[in-house]
Amino acid sequence: MSLRRTLTTAERVLLQLRHDPRTIALMLLVPCVLETLLRLIYADHLVAFNLAGAPLLAFFPLTTVFLVTSIALLRERVSGTLERLLTSPLGRLELLAGYAISFGLLAAVQAVLVSALTLGPLGLKVRGPVPLVVLLAACVGLLGVGLGLLASAFARTEFQVVQFFPLVIMPQLLLCGLLVARQRMPAGLHAVSDALPLSYAVDGMHHLSRQVGTVAALWADIVIVLAFAAGALMLGAVTLRRRTE
Amino acid sequence: MTSAAVEFERLTVTRGGREVLHQVAGSFAAGRVTGLFGPSGSGKSTLIRAIAGVQASVQGTLRVLGEQPGSMKVRRALGYMTQAPSVYEDLTVAENVRYFAAIRGGELGAVLERVQLVDQSDQLVRNLSGGQRARVSLAAALVANPRLLLLDEPTVGLDPLLRRELWGLFGRLAAEGGALLVSSHVLDEARHCDEVILLREGTIVAQLSPAELAARTGTDDLDEAFIRLIEQT
Repeated sequence: MSLRRTLTTAERVLLQLRHDPRTIALMLLVPCVLETLLRLIYADHLVAFNLAGAPLLAFFPLTTVFLVTSIALLRERVSGTLERLLTSPLGRLELLAGYAISFGLLAAVQAVLVSALTLGPLGLKVRGPVPLVVLLAACVGLLGVGLGLLASAFARTEFQVVQFFPLVIMPQLLLCGLLVARQRMPAGLHAVSDALPLSYAVDGMHHLSRQVGTVAALWADIVIVLAFAAGALMLGAVTLRRRTE
Repeated sequence: MTSAAVEFERLTVTRGGREVLHQVAGSFAAGRVTGLFGPSGSGKSTLIRAIAGVQASVQGTLRVLGEQPGSMKVRRALGYMTQAPSVYEDLTVAENVRYFAAIRGGELGAVLERVQLVDQSDQLVRNLSGGQRARVSLAAALVANPRLLLLDEPTVGLDPLLRRELWGLFGRLAAEGGALLVSSHVLDEARHCDEVILLREGTIVAQLSPAELAARTGTDDLDEAFIRLIEQT
């Protein structure tokens, strides 16, 4: 594994984004608009805003990074650049690490902005250490890279790949504990919820916002999210075959 | 003749349940330009993809620089241009070529001069014409001086003057010791090659120099020569 080739690839992915300022603006601003909207909806219910606002901080990087990764990798597969890369010394894991670094960084920048707004002017109460909010969001970003990579393997067109969003992301949102606390779900659904990574990211945010449990429990959630991200990336690496039909 | 850069024997490739190459055999050496000619659908791209190590369902013997195709040693030495321009539309010309150089541990160098894209170097590939995109793709294959070049229809759609200059460039790269396999469906371009491999319906009809081809068929017209050759076999 070459660090130089990995960083070169991360730089290339970021350069591609830099030529598309509108996408960057949308990725950074839309979550801010949504948190503001949530605050306005719950103008008279600060408790409710606290309950919903913190989990969403973990949800935004998943949606953003999932979408950009799945489309970016679909383009690599369809345009032939992936085939060219696989005939070069660049390894599959180096390519994926390049994507993980660049989009993980992007998730972190997004998290800094959205957390600054939400915890500052919007008045969301967080009792745990704030930098961990950003760390957790960046880890969810890595999960987005892994799931986006997997989705790109099962799509032939951009129309198809965006349809994986409701399939892969929406069930996680419904079952993550945002709408109904996970402990209050029927046993079957609770078990499904246990198998989905976003549940642990949202648990982590709950630990932070309500100081339920300890910082140790939060770290456990971060490790679980990272393990899911690593698993998705490894599965995704298998789908990057050098030899194709 | 020097030892072969690439050699293959009894090479059979199946794509989508259909046999595309049938037990083909051949080789080409460094220091010369080998042309791969044949009509569209004859199996040119499939043979190139097999040598590049990206083709599935390959049977038979295939040695590239003395190694298995796709091995790290081969990938370090290989410049591969796919038939459709495979570069990033949302990067500039220079950013594209610099990236493909960097992953091979090289620099941009003078490659944009060689493909005549200096004036476009800061333009996004998205905004270029088809012929210009093809040259960006060629530059991405040529950069960092690969010893083995597999170029799939690099001159298609280019103006005649530029086509002639690119064939001149391929000749110089071969003179510098490179091994080049260049495909084209324009038979007239065979005269720029030291040797040609003629593919038809997944079978190699002949491998010979343009002069041998003229002598064997009794004509200097390359289209006519290929027709006579096919009728002879």
